[in-house]
Amino acid sequence: MTTAEPPVTLTIDGQEVAVAAGMTIWDAARRVGIDIPVLCHDPAMEPVGVCRVCAVEVEGSRVLAAACHRQVEAGMVVRTNTERCQRARRMVVELLLADHPRPCAKHQLDRSCELERLAEALGVDQPRFPMRNAERATQNGADGGPETEDGTPAHAPILAPPSSALRLAHSPFDLSSPVIAVDHRACILCDRCIRACDWLQVNEVIGRTGKGRRARIAFDDDRPMGQSTCVSCGECVAHCPTGALTDKPLVVALQPERLQRVDTICPYCGVGCAVTFHVQEGKVARVTGRDGPANHARLCVKGRYGYDYSSHPQRLTVPLIRRPEYYPKGPLSEEVRHEGDYRRHKPGAPVTDYGPILKAFRETTWDEALDLCAARFLEIKRQYGPEALAGFGSAKCTNEDNYVFQKLIRAVFGTNNVDHCSRLCHASSVAALMECLGSGSVSNPVADVARADVCLVLGSNTTENHPVAATFIKQAARRGTTLVVMDPRRPALANHAHHYVRFKPGTDVALLNALMHVILREDLHDPVFIEARTENFAALRETVARYTPEMAEKITGVPASTIEEIARLYGRAHNAIIFWGMGISQHTTGTDNARCLIALCLLTGNIGRPGTGLHPLRGQNNVQGASDMGLLPIVYSGYQSVADPNVREKFARAWGVPLNPKRGLTVVEITSAALRGDIRGMLMMGENPFLSDPNINKVRKALASLEFLAVQDIFLTETAEFADVILPASSHAEKTGTYTNTDRYVQLAKRAVAPPGEARQDWQALVDLAGRMGYRMEYRDEAEIFAEMAALTPGYAGLSYPRLAREPIPWPCPAPDHPGTQVLFAHDFPRGKGRFSPAEFAPAQELPDEEYPFVLNTGRVLQHWHTGTMTRRARALEEIAPQPFVEICPADAEALGIGDGDPVRVRSRRGEVTVPARVTRQIAKGSVFIPFHYREAAANLLTIDALDPTAKIPEFKYCAVRLERLN
Amino acid sequence: MLSEKAFAAIEAAKKRYPDPRSALMPALWIAQEECGGWLPREAMADVARVMSLEPADVQSVASFYSMYYKAPVGKFVLEICHNIACDVLGARRIIDHVRERLGIAPGETTGDGLFTLKTVECLAACGGGPCMQVNSRYYENLTPERVDAILDGLRAHAEAGAPPPLPDERPQPADDGDAA
Ligand code: SF4
Ligand code: SF4
Ligand code: FES
Ligand code: FES
Repeated sequence: MTTAEPPVTLTIDGQEVAVAAGMTIWDAARRVGIDIPVLCHDPAMEPVGVCRVCAVEVEGSRVLAAACHRQVEAGMVVRTNTERCQRARRMVVELLLADHPRPCAKHQLDRSCELERLAEALGVDQPRFPMRNAERATQNGADGGPETEDGTPAHAPILAPPSSALRLAHSPFDLSSPVIAVDHRACILCDRCIRACDWLQVNEVIGRTGKGRRARIAFDDDRPMGQSTCVSCGECVAHCPTGALTDKPLVVALQPERLQRVDTICPYCGVGCAVTFHVQEGKVARVTGRDGPANHARLCVKGRYGYDYSSHPQRLTVPLIRRPEYYPKGPLSEEVRHEGDYRRHKPGAPVTDYGPILKAFRETTWDEALDLCAARFLEIKRQYGPEALAGFGSAKCTNEDNYVFQKLIRAVFGTNNVDHCSRLCHASSVAALMECLGSGSVSNPVADVARADVCLVLGSNTTENHPVAATFIKQAARRGTTLVVMDPRRPALANHAHHYVRFKPGTDVALLNALMHVILREDLHDPVFIEARTENFAALRETVARYTPEMAEKITGVPASTIEEIARLYGRAHNAIIFWGMGISQHTTGTDNARCLIALCLLTGNIGRPGTGLHPLRGQNNVQGASDMGLLPIVYSGYQSVADPNVREKFARAWGVPLNPKRGLTVVEITSAALRGDIRGMLMMGENPFLSDPNINKVRKALASLEFLAVQDIFLTETAEFADVILPASSHAEKTGTYTNTDRYVQLAKRAVAPPGEARQDWQALVDLAGRMGYRMEYRDEAEIFAEMAALTPGYAGLSYPRLAREPIPWPCPAPDHPGTQVLFAHDFPRGKGRFSPAEFAPAQELPDEEYPFVLNTGRVLQHWHTGTMTRRARALEEIAPQPFVEICPADAEALGIGDGDPVRVRSRRGEVTVPARVTRQIAKGSVFIPFHYREAAANLLTIDALDPTAKIPEFKYCAVRLERLN
Repeated sequence: MLSEKAFAAIEAAKKRYPDPRSALMPALWIAQEECGGWLPREAMADVARVMSLEPADVQSVASFYSMYYKAPVGKFVLEICHNIACDVLGARRIIDHVRERLGIAPGETTGDGLFTLKTVECLAACGGGPCMQVNSRYYENLTPERVDAILDGLRAHAEAGAPPPLPDERPQPADDGDAA
C-alpha cells in the first residue's frame, strides 16, 4: 500500500469513514468502533476469507461480502448488522458448531473458544445438523484410500500393508507432541494454524488432508504431530481460535480465575522476545508471546515451553558451605569426575543427581556465608594483591545485576579481572567492530532484513539458535530478498536460501577476500562511499588482489564460479545485510573473519541505511547488555576504557574509590592464571565454565586449584562442585530488571514470582557482600541502579524505568527526549572513518592428521541453552532433546562401520567422550559436530583452548578428533 | 524409491509449466503408475523433494483427489458411477452385481489383488450410463452380462496376456447434432 494514494471514503452503518485505499471493510469498520465477527481472520496474518462469518451487505451487490477480505471502494455503502447478515452468520456458526465438542478444551478452560463465544453472541444453541465427529474420529491417516459406500474409508484386505507404522491410531486426538494437544473435533478448518506455521514461522509443517467432510489439518504427510518436522514453536496454538490446538499443561492444570499475567522478556536467547508469564500458585504456569519489537508476538519452543525450570525442585534455596572433609577440592559427581559417556545418564532421570554433591556441603545462613566470602576475598587481596581476584558475571542476569557485579569487582575487589561468556561467543566480532567502526554492537535490527535485496548469513544455525530472528529472515527470503547461506555445516536455513555455499571449515578469510577480489575486479564497489567514509582502502586492495577466485577455490573448496556469482549478487545489491554467528567468531581467526565481513560491507557502502549493515547475532538474552554494563576486563559500562584517565576519573568520583588502571584478564586467561596460581579467589555469578569453556580437563584443574571460589547460581552447576560457598540466587522469573537484546533494544522485565526459600536477588547479595567488605552500596530498587548506570553510560543516558515501562527503546539514546536509534552509522562512525583491516588467510590451530583425522565442530541445538542448567530442567525441552550425539556424514560413517545411533568414542588430544552417532548429510565429509550442552558427555572435553590473538576467543569450532565405534 | 526414469519424467513435466510446482499432479500420477497403482508414503516424499514442496503440500493435493490412492489397490480399479443419470439408468443393479460376483463391497479389494470396487460421482459419460471406468478406460451402457464379460476379459488380460476387453460393443446413441 503506497501512502501516496488518496484515502477512500465509504459509509458503514450510516457513518462516513475515510481510510487508506487497500484496506478491508473489516479494518475500516474497526476504525469507527464497529466490530464485525470473524473466525478465520487473524489480524496478524493476511486474510483468506474461508469461513464467511464476517458477511456484510454491500449496497448494489447481489451477494454478501466477506468483510475481512473485501477491500474498501470509494462510495461503498456497507451494512454490517442487517437481519440478512445475521442469518448468514448464524448459519455458518450453526454448521460449524454441529461438528464441535461443547465445550471444547479452550472454552472449558477460560471460555475463549471463538466459535462458541460467537454462538453465544448470536444465540445459536442446538445445531439442526447431525454430528459428524464419528467420521472425523476414524479418518486419521486413512484419507485417500478407496471409499466405502457410506463414505468412510475402508481398510481392505489388501496386498501389502500400507506403511502404517506412522499412521495415527483411530482417534480424533493427537497427543503425540510433548507440548501441544490436538483435538480434530474442535477444528473449524479456518487455516489459521496453517498460515501461522507457513507465514509467520515459515516452518511449513501443517497442511490440510482429505476433502469435504473428511477434511482436517495434517502434519507433514499426515503423521502424528510428535513425529512430524514440527519444531514445537507453538505458533499454531497461539493462533487457533478453538480448542483444536492447545498447550499441554507443563506445571499445573490451569485455573483461569487464579492466573495472573506478568509482562516480561524471554530468558533464553539474544533475540529478546517479549512474553507474558501466566502465574498460578506462585509458579509460571504458561507463557504466551507479546508484541515486542523483536518478535511481533512469535516465540520458539524454549520461550514458550521452557519455563518450568524456575519451579524445578532442584532449585537452590539456602546458602551452602563446603564441609572440611571435602578438601582438597575436587569434582563431586560422576559426570564431572570422569571422561564423558552419554550412557551414564538414564533418560528421564534428573539431569544431575544432587546426592553426592549435597553431601559435601552444609546448609548455612546468609550471614555466615557472606561473612566467609568477604573474609576470604579480603584475605587473598591483602596477601596477594587485588590482581589475585577475579569475577565472572552472567549474560543471563539483568543489566542491573551486572552493573553492580562489575562495580563490586572494580571498586571493592580492586581489579579489572571481570569477564563473562560473551568472551566465548562474540568477543572477536566485537573486537573487529570496535577496531573498524568504533562500536561493537549490531548496526541494524534483525527485522530490517525485510528491506534488504540480498541477505548473507554466515556461520549461523539461525533456525536453532535464534529461532525467532530466523522467522524474519525466512519471511524475507519468501518475499523477494535473495538469501545466501554460507556454512560448512548445512543449517536448516539453507532450505530457504537461494544459494547455499558449503566451504571447508576455517577458510572464511580466503572466501571473503575472494568475494572482495571479484567485487573490485568487476567494479562493483562504491568508490564514493569509500572515499568519503573509510580509510586504509589501499591496503585492502593490495591484500585481496592476491585472492583470486581460483586461488580461493583451492583453499575453500568453493568453485570459483560460485564465488563470482555470490560476489556479484552482494556487489550489485541496492541494500544488503549480513548476519553472522559463532561459525565466524569462534576461531583463532575470529577477529580476522569479522574484519573481512566489515570490509565487505564498507567496500560496497552497505551500511547506515535501513536494510543494510552488520548483525552479529548475539547469543544470550542479555549478552549485549552485560557487555554494555562493562562486564569486560578493559572497559567500564558503555565501552569506556579503563586505561583512559578521564574515564577512570569519572567512575572513581562516582563510586568514591580510586580505580585500578590495569587491564584485566579474559575468561580463558583467568583459567590459565588460576592454574599458575596467579588468580586465587573467584566470584562466579551464574556462569558455568566447567561446561562452557574449552578443554575442560584444564578447567577442572584450574577450578580445583582456586583457594576460594564462591558460586552464586540457581542450581548446583558443574562449576559449583568446586565451590567453597554456594549462594542461592533468583531466576529470571523472579527478577525485575532490564535486558538488552541483539537489536540493542533495552527491555524492561517484571518479577512474576517470588524466589524460592531464602534465595535472593543477585544484586542484593552483591550489595550485601560489598558492605561486608567495607564498601557501601545503597539501592532501594533496580530503578535506582539503572539510574546510576545511565548517568555514567552515554548510550543509555536518555533511558529510565518510567520510559522503558512504556516501550522498549534501542540504544544509543543520549537524552530523555531522544527516541533511540534503530539504524546506526547513517552519517559517520564512532571512530570517525570506517577502517579497512585487511586479513590474510591462516589455517586453524590444530589441523586434522593421520591420528586425529576429523574436524570437530561444536554448537547448540534448538531445545537447549548453553550448559543446559535451565533447559535440561525444563520438562518438554529435555523430553524432545534428551541426548547428545555426534553428527557424521553417511560416507564417513560407512567407512568406519558406524550406524545411526551406535555409540561412538570421540577422542581428541585433550579428552574423550562417548556419544551416539547421528548419520546425516547436514555435515560435510571429514567433519563431525557435537552439541556442548550435555554434562554427561561434555563436548568441551575435546575442544582446544587456543585463542584468537586479538579477542582471546577460543577456537570452539575447530579441533582434530578421531572416532571409534564401540561394540 | 522412485526410479531414475520416473524422476526424469517428473523433471520433464516440470518444464511444461511456467511455475514448476504446477506439475505436482502429473508428478503424483507418474509416481502412482510407477508404484503399482498407489502412492506409498516414501513415493510422496520423493515427489515432495523433486518438486521442492513441503510434504504437507503434497499430502493435501494427493488426499484431495480421489484418484490418488494412499493404500494399495487391485490391478484393476472398477469405478462405477452412482450419480443421478447413471442411477436412473440402473447403476445400483450394476454395483450389486459386481459386489456379488466378486464378493467385495465398495472400498474393498479381491483377495487375489485383481479388482478394487469403488463408487464414484459423475464420470461425465452420462449419455452412456450406467458406466464405469477401469483404470484409464471407460465402459458404458453396462448390463450385468456385459459386466461379466468385461470382468472375464480383464482376468484373461491379467493372467494370460489377452488383449483387454473393448470399451463398448453396442452402438453408441445417435448423435443429436449438438456436439459440433
Ligand atoms: S508448533 Fe510451530 S512448527 Fe509445529 S506445527 Fe505448530 S506452528 Fe508449525
Ligand atoms: S527466539 Fe530466543 S528470545 Fe525468542 S523465544 Fe526463543 S529463546 Fe526466547
Ligand atoms: S472471517 Fe472473514 S471469511 Fe472468515
Ligand atoms: S451420472 Fe454417471 S456419468 Fe454422469
